[in-house]
Amino acid sequence: MNEIIGAIEQAIYLIATFDPEVVEITIRSLYISLTATFIASLIAIPVGGMIYYYDFYGKRTIINLIQTLYSAPTVLVGLFLFLLISHQGPFGFLNLLFTPTGMIIGQTLLIMPILVGFTITALVGVSSHIKELAISLGASASQTIVTIVKEARYAIMGAVILGFGRAISEVGVAILIGGNIRGFTRVFTTTISLETSKGNIELSIALGFILLAIALIINLMLNFLQGRD
Amino acid sequence: MNNKTIAIIAAVIVVIAAVGVYAYTTVTGPDKSKLRISTTTSLEDTGLLKELEAAFERKYPGVDVHVVSGGTGIAIQYGERGDVDLMLVHDKARETKFVNEGFGTNRTEFAFNYFWIVGPADDPAGIKGLNATEAFKKIAEEGKTNPQVEFVSRGDDSGTHAREKKIWNTSGIDINKTKGPWYIESGKGMGDTLIIANEKNAYTISDSGTFLSFSKEGKIKLVPLVTTGRDLLNVYTAIPINPQKHPRTNVEAGNNFVNFMLSPEGQEIIGNFGKAKFGEPLFTPVPTNPVPALIAPLLSVPAHS
Repeated sequence: MNEIIGAIEQAIYLIATFDPEVVEITIRSLYISLTATFIASLIAIPVGGMIYYYDFYGKRTIINLIQTLYSAPTVLVGLFLFLLISHQGPFGFLNLLFTPTGMIIGQTLLIMPILVGFTITALVGVSSHIKELAISLGASASQTIVTIVKEARYAIMGAVILGFGRAISEVGVAILIGGNIRGFTRVFTTTISLETSKGNIELSIALGFILLAIALIINLMLNFLQGRD
Repeated sequence: MNNKTIAIIAAVIVVIAAVGVYAYTTVTGPDKSKLRISTTTSLEDTGLLKELEAAFERKYPGVDVHVVSGGTGIAIQYGERGDVDLMLVHDKARETKFVNEGFGTNRTEFAFNYFWIVGPADDPAGIKGLNATEAFKKIAEEGKTNPQVEFVSRGDDSGTHAREKKIWNTSGIDINKTKGPWYIESGKGMGDTLIIANEKNAYTISDSGTFLSFSKEGKIKLVPLVTTGRDLLNVYTAIPINPQKHPRTNVEAGNNFVNFMLSPEGQEIIGNFGKAKFGEPLFTPVPTNPVPALIAPLLSVPAHS
């Protein structure tokens, strides 16, 4: 018990004094996961809108598949991407392995299903008469989608935040694709894993605290948005 | 409104294309400024590599060293796939195979220490004073009957794990048939495995560097029980990746790093590492240091191919 208390004191000290390593890892983690969330949103929201809007053969199957991928193990996504971007893989020439860019791609792939799926759910939640109204007023397909997305924006933003939460807390892609290189691809989760295996509990706890604080902020934002919706 | 949507879609396409072009133009051809090293957990966990890296980067300011650490098994995998430029590993059998198959240019031994069989201070299996093979036999025998005797194996295809399997073999024990509840496979790096063994009061085999750094910092209470003998010699080797196999390899930086480790400056860093903190060095540099007669025949002159 004393060990835990001592480690927590150390951790608070590291955070309060803006320990350069802690700061650097925090900034890198946020950069990678925010960029991944941004790119995923840019693609997922329009795709979700189109899947919602159009009726086509196999729509139900696609939605089922997307929902299955919600729980895709992060190490599986990491392994899949590793085989693609490793030097021997089809995209090896891009030199993406062990880079932050590779990690961004991995996290984007990881959270895309959540964003597409939750966007569809959010849009379904918008009363269907808005869709019919827009169409009856002569709106084109894209105009209608934009209108509905606007109506469901808070629910969609909730999905985006959820996706970000999954991105920043995952370790499979970060370690398999990033390689945990000090000062280059080392993020919260990989550092916690490494430092714990080295027996350095203080740094792990400090980073764990920051990660928890970020989760708390995310949760507060989510509550705020849901309250407004 | 429709035009606006089209404009947004066009903008997105332009951004994606721009990122693609940027990625393509900046990453083709060998990256002179980056040296990617895959290494074993012991060199990373003890902190030796961090020190070597810092000194190397001071000497070659244009090169950025990127270290990816794992067991020797995964480190060699990265080398075979061409995902790194240089490997620092410790498993002679697999190293020789790697070089013979043309993946690496040559093996250069740069440091050694010993594998230690470590365990609880009260030594329930009574292995103190035995040699490595006798100790393993004793642990296996006692493990079957005495619930206090447990052994934690890395089980991760690392250099340490390879050596453990080799010692089981020399002891005449087929570990796959003999293993029971007393034989625990951690599937993790050296640090984690030591911590697990410590928690369970079990025996394990560790490189002396990681063990000393953990033990002196009070992270573990285990004690070294068998520490000498030919079976336990642990030689670390540097192998640059063969550019004929993987043309993108940063040959120059890789060779510079090897030469740096062999230079008086590098040897001094290796030979002094840990002295201040742990009271004794964790590694002995090769080859400028006088090699103990016992192990001299085990160290080979690097075979240049």
